[in-house]
Amino acid sequence: MCLAVPGRIESIEGETAVVDIVGNRVRAMRALVPEAKVGDWVLVHAGLAVTIMSEEEARETLDLMQEKYSIEDA
Amino acid sequence: MSGERILLAHGGGGELTDNLIREVILSGLGEAAGGSLEDAAVFPAKGSVAFTTDSYVVNPLFFPGGDLGRLAVCGTVNDLAMRGARPLALSLAFIIEEGFLFDDLRRVVESVRQAALEAGVKILTGDTKVVERGSADGLFVNTAGVGEVVAPREITLCGVRPGDEIIVSGPLGNHAISVLAQREGLSFETVVESDVAPLWDMVEALMGAVGDDLHALNDPTRGGLAASLNTLSAASGAAIEIEEGAVPVEPAVAFAAEMLGLDVLSLANEGKFVAAVAAGTSDRAISVISDGEKGAHCAVIGRARKGAGVSSRTPGGGKRIVEMPYGEDAPRIC
Amino acid sequence: MKTHEALSNEMAACRELAGELPHRVTLMEVCGTHTVSICRSGLRDLLPENIRLVSGPGCPVCVSSQGYIDACVEAAREGLTVATYGDMLRVPGSEMSLSDARAEGARVVTVYSALEALRYAAAHRDEKIVFAAVGFETTAPATALALKAAAESDGGNFTALFSHKRIRPAMIALVGAPDLDIDAFLCPGHVSVITGPEEYEPVAATGRPCVVAGFEALDVARAVRMILQQITRGEAKVENEYTRAVKPGGNPAARRLLSEVFEVTDEHWRGIGVIAGSGFVPGGGFARFDAIGRHDIEIRDAPEPAGCRCGEVIRGAIDPEECALFGAGCTPGHPIGPCMVSREGSCSAHYKFARRAV
Repeated sequence: MCLAVPGRIESIEGETAVVDIVGNRVRAMRALVPEAKVGDWVLVHAGLAVTIMSEEEARETLDLMQEKYSIEDA
Repeated sequence: MSGERILLAHGGGGELTDNLIREVILSGLGEAAGGSLEDAAVFPAKGSVAFTTDSYVVNPLFFPGGDLGRLAVCGTVNDLAMRGARPLALSLAFIIEEGFLFDDLRRVVESVRQAALEAGVKILTGDTKVVERGSADGLFVNTAGVGEVVAPREITLCGVRPGDEIIVSGPLGNHAISVLAQREGLSFETVVESDVAPLWDMVEALMGAVGDDLHALNDPTRGGLAASLNTLSAASGAAIEIEEGAVPVEPAVAFAAEMLGLDVLSLANEGKFVAAVAAGTSDRAISVISDGEKGAHCAVIGRARKGAGVSSRTPGGGKRIVEMPYGEDAPRIC
Repeated sequence: MKTHEALSNEMAACRELAGELPHRVTLMEVCGTHTVSICRSGLRDLLPENIRLVSGPGCPVCVSSQGYIDACVEAAREGLTVATYGDMLRVPGSEMSLSDARAEGARVVTVYSALEALRYAAAHRDEKIVFAAVGFETTAPATALALKAAAESDGGNFTALFSHKRIRPAMIALVGAPDLDIDAFLCPGHVSVITGPEEYEPVAATGRPCVVAGFEALDVARAVRMILQQITRGEAKVENEYTRAVKPGGNPAARRLLSEVFEVTDEHWRGIGVIAGSGFVPGGGFARFDAIGRHDIEIRDAPEPAGCRCGEVIRGAIDPEECALFGAGCTPGHPIGPCMVSREGSCSAHYKFARRAV
C-alpha cells in the first residue's frame, strides 16, 4: 500500500477535504478527522485523512521525505 | 466530414477512407506532411540510416503537457536521437476504434503536426485502419522513423566503459505522474505535466561538445531510469553506481510517487536521456545540456565501474540494488 | 544535509549501545512499509553486527491464506467482478493468480481504496462486485467507511471478501514462539496512527521494548537507538518515535468506526495458523456485505506451493535469502509465493533492494 503524506486542507466539500500536497491536489475523505478545518495539516493515506498534524510536524515530515531528492522545494 | 464519429466504413479503403485521409489527416498535418499518396515514400540516403518503430497506446489519450499525437512523434524521433541520428522522416499509422470522435482525431493530428515541426521531421507515409467497437481502445498509433547517423563513432547501448560518468538530462518521473494522475479513481490533480519533447537538439549539442567521449545514450521511457541503467549495464558489461540523492526529481513528482507507492526510479519519461560520457568530460556535457530550456537540472548521477549490475548509494550511506522493474506499476503509459 | 548528520549520530549511538550488549539482539518489525523502507534505505548494512533486524508478518497480502487467494480467483472465474489492490494481482493461487484469471477473460479491476471499489460498483450496476478487503488497522477504517456508504445507498451489487487483520495478536503469538527469540519490536507507524501507542502495552508487558517508528531512515535509526537504550537499561516499555503522526489515544473516530462496523474474529494467518481475535469481519447489519453469504464462494484450506517457505519468512523464522527458491525459481517476475510478489513482501523487498552487493 501507499505511504502516507501530509498536506494542507485547501477546502472542504462535504465529506471530502481537498488537500494540497506539494503541488498535488488530492481529494481525501475526512470522516476520521471531523474536526479538521481549512488550513489544517492532515496526514493522507490512500484517499483518507487519518490524523491532524501541526504545521511544524507536517513540515518536518515533508523535509525528511524531500531530502531524498535533489531538487529542493521552490 | 459529416457526422461526429468514425465509422467502420472509414477504414474500408474506398471513398470514405480517401476523404478521411485527405480532409482530416493530410490537411491536419499541413506543412508537416510531405511526399505524395504513393504506396511508399522514396528519398535519397547518404551514409548510415537509422531506422526505428514504436507503437503508442497511452491511456488516457490526452494528459497535461501532451497527448498521444505528440508522444507518437517524440518517442520515435528520440529513439533515432539515441543512436546519434538526425531524425528525417516518420510514417504515421492509425488504428481507430469505430465510434471514435472526429474532433479527438483532429486534436491528435494537430499535435502530430506541431511536434513534427518542432522535431524537424516530415510525415512521408502512413496508414489508416478502423476496427469494430471494442477491438481497440479509442486510438492506437504506430510511427516508424528514419534518420541519418551523424555521430562519428557509433553510439550504442554497449558503449559504457568503466570510469564513465553517468548523466541525466533533467528531472525524472514527470510523464508517468502526469498520465497516472489523469486516470480514473486517483482523485488526484497535479501541477505535474508530461515532459514529452524531442531530444535531438540537445543530443546534437552534446555530441558537439564532447565528440567521441559520448559513449552511450538511452532514453528512460517505460521502466524509467532503473530500466535504462540496467539495459546499459547489461549491454555494456559494466557496473553502474549512482547517488540516489543526485537524481533530479521535482518535489511534486516525488510526493505523488510516494502517495501512489511507486518508485521514482522506475517512472517513465518522454523528454529525457541518460548519457555515459568519458571521465572528466561531464562538466562540458552538463554545461551544454543545461544551456537549453529542456536541460534544466541536468546532473551527473553516478559512474560506471568494472563489474555488473546497478546499485545506488542512499542518502544515509547505505547501498541498495536498482533492479530492472517488472513493468506492473504503470500499464499503457506510452 | 542535516538528516545525514542526525542519521550518523543515531547510528553511532546504536553502535555504542550495541557494544554494551553481551549477546545478539533480534528486533522484529511488523509493518510491510518498514520492511521496504529499511531495505530501500540500505540501513541493514549500517547496523552493528550483533543487531539482527527481522521482518515479521507485516504484509497484509502475504499473511492472507492461500485459501483466500483461491476464493478471490474462484469469484472472478465465476463471473463476479473482483476489485483488488494492485499487489494481489499476481499472487499465485493453487491454480492461478487473479492476473491469469483476467487474461482468461475474468473481470478483475485494480483499485487504490475500498471507496473506489464502491464507486465502481455504483457505476456498474449490472456487475456483481467482490472487493478483496485486506489490510491491517490502517486500511480497515477505509473499508468500514465504504460499508457505511454502501449501507446508505445500496445498489445491491457491492460485497467484499474480508481478510482484515489486527497486528497486535500476531505480535503476542510470535512472542510466545520458542524458536524465534524476539527481543524487541519496531512497531508499525500508520497502524499506530489509528490505534495509538497504547496498543502495544500487552506486548511490552512480556518483557519486550516496543517503539513506534516512522518510515524514513532517520526514524528507523532513532527507534533502534531507543530500543537499544531500553535493553541496556533493562527496561521494556512502549515508546513513540513517530510523534509527529502518532498521538496518544490514536484516532478515536477511527476506532469508533471500527467497532461500529466490525466484529473481532479468529483469523488464519499464513505461516502462523489461527490467531484468536486477530481479524475483523462485518457485524450486525453490515454482515450482508460479506461475499461469503451472498455468493457461492468458500474459503477452503489450501496447501502452500511446493517448496515455498513464505510461512517461515512471515513469522520471521528465516530471512528470505535462506529459502532455496529465493532468486532461483522464485523472483518478482516469476513468483511462487506472496512474499516475492507483494510490494510489501519481505522477499520482494530483499530481492529488489538488498539482495547482493554489487
